[in-house]
Amino acid sequence: MTALLRRIAPQLLTLLAVLVLVTVFFPGFLSVGFSGDRLVGSPIDVLKRGAPVALLAIGMTLVIATRGIDLSVGAVMAICGAVAAAAVDRGWGLGAAIPLALGAGLLCGLWNGFLVAVLRIQPIVATLILMVAGRGIAQLVTAGQILTFSDEGFAFLGSGTFLGLPVPAWAWILAGIVAGLVVRRTALGLLIESVGVNLRASRLAGVDSTVLLVTVYMISGLCAAVAGLIVTGDIRGADANNAGLWLELDAILAVAIGGTSLLGGRFSILASLIGAMIIQSINTGILLAGFPPEFNLVIKAVLVLMILMLQSPRLSDAARGLATRRRRTDEGAAAPRAVKEAPR
Amino acid sequence: MNLRRLPLYATIAIFVAAYLLCWLQFPNILSTRVAGNLLTDNAYLGIAAVGMTIVILSGGIDLSVGSVIAFAGVFIAVMLRDTGLHPLAVFALLLILTTAFGAAQGALIHALAMPAFIVTLAGMFLARGIAYLLTLDSIPIDHPFFESLQKAYWLMPGKGRLTLLGVLMLLSVLGGMLLAHRTRFGTNVFAIGGGEGTARMMGVPIGRTTILIYAFSGFMAGLAGIVFAIYTAAGYPLATVGVELNAIAAVVIGGTLLSGGSGTVLGTLFGVLTMGLIQTYIVFDGTLSSWWTKIVIGLLLFLFIVLQKGLLKVGLSRRTA
Repeated sequence: MTALLRRIAPQLLTLLAVLVLVTVFFPGFLSVGFSGDRLVGSPIDVLKRGAPVALLAIGMTLVIATRGIDLSVGAVMAICGAVAAAAVDRGWGLGAAIPLALGAGLLCGLWNGFLVAVLRIQPIVATLILMVAGRGIAQLVTAGQILTFSDEGFAFLGSGTFLGLPVPAWAWILAGIVAGLVVRRTALGLLIESVGVNLRASRLAGVDSTVLLVTVYMISGLCAAVAGLIVTGDIRGADANNAGLWLELDAILAVAIGGTSLLGGRFSILASLIGAMIIQSINTGILLAGFPPEFNLVIKAVLVLMILMLQSPRLSDAARGLATRRRRTDEGAAAPRAVKEAPR
Repeated sequence: MNLRRLPLYATIAIFVAAYLLCWLQFPNILSTRVAGNLLTDNAYLGIAAVGMTIVILSGGIDLSVGSVIAFAGVFIAVMLRDTGLHPLAVFALLLILTTAFGAAQGALIHALAMPAFIVTLAGMFLARGIAYLLTLDSIPIDHPFFESLQKAYWLMPGKGRLTLLGVLMLLSVLGGMLLAHRTRFGTNVFAIGGGEGTARMMGVPIGRTTILIYAFSGFMAGLAGIVFAIYTAAGYPLATVGVELNAIAAVVIGGTLLSGGSGTVLGTLFGVLTMGLIQTYIVFDGTLSSWWTKIVIGLLLFLFIVLQKGLLKVGLSRRTA
């Protein structure tokens, strides 16, 4: 437990700092209350609005842990949203729409995984293909229009409330718990890390890296499908052009803020989820704090740069050089990379 | 035949073959008018892609390009509106700014030992954000000098217009070719792309080269921004979203390995032209929808990557044999 706390301490501190910063500018930020049977307030809003990035971050963490990257998740969201909306639009019902959308996500993941694991194409290039072509495919499904629908069940996925919390918040929290249990209560997480640290060595040690890599990209596709369903349900329409646009970048950022090295190896889904919440708190906070919206990107960029500098392996190496040996273990976030570079 | 040049030849061959296919269906496509427009319409993308090629040759990536182009347009429009500076002075100021911006990104990448992907992602937010700060509207540029730049062209036989913008792109490609393949800096770029550790041991100044690489990309993005501003006669902060992806796609279709260390600047030109040709074909056809552009570019990307993979395998087996 203390090891886990030490691992996520930098992320928790950052989240705390962001929350304090926002509260200074907007004092009512942290208030949560009941309206009827649902919780309302900015923190709840953050949990809800952050759902797509948080869901993507779960899959992205696993992909990045294998030394990969999945640029296509935003486009996959658009495809899955379009597929689901098209199914509902044709009167096939939600019972067909959700499996079809999830299937589309898995299929996209299978394609990415095939390129990476079987054809051995660099992940960034392999997933770039679907990132470029994916939006075209989504537009093909919606025939270039924004497909709207009026299915209450589908809308519930994006804007409903269950036991006081918004459904999207439940979705990413549950997905996070399931993914966390599966990778940490079985050997799966360890195997993923071993593939990320040294693909060849783990192959020689008998790890079926091909199946593992394909699985990881399929999980990422599945997460993107759920995120696509939520976004589509929320606006009650499938927008092939804008659904999930640039969310892959936010998801990668969440993982990076979560301290998982982009060079693969040790990962923490929990830290990535906190990273996603940090990003969403910044987004919501800037709006609530009353800054003109044109400041959003600049503030976000500066905050991101500051967070990255704090977590930079080289800077923390320098800090470690100055500090006593005991402080070494406290720099959990940068440890994997530093260890890899200079095994001491 | 030099195996390393094969991706370049393949790119050129596919471009020529595609052009021939288009010509069989629409004979008019083989005219200097279409060719001139192909150059003009893709000038900004081509210039940005030259900078991207150098970055990718070094094994890096620059996601900030599209945002920098948008910032450039807005900066030029605002400066021309609010100050009495001559456009050329504004251009010079802009190029200094974007070059410094690129250099700062390179310095951060080197100093923090962070992946270029993440640092330039922050740069992408920052440049777009600064563009928003300058204005949220589309600002028209109506300056006599701008009009003369827009109308500057050389009439080719067949009434095709070789515009100043098109020439600027061709010159950029030429400059990029010389820089990448004929200078010490270019050799250093290839060395870093081949492997940073090895390059360091060979005495390549990693830090200085990294900063210069991203400064060059920033400069080219600024130049692309100027061209885009002349092309559209306006500055709009929401313009050129995702151009960095088009540039990366053009570089890959042009036969440069995204892992760095292998590729050509000339290939990138043909990558850009191939992508432009697809769009021209869709315009000529008139019944195809615009999303086919994306799907076909995706397919082309796939084709080229698999081709390179195959070539690499053949090359390796030949070396070990």
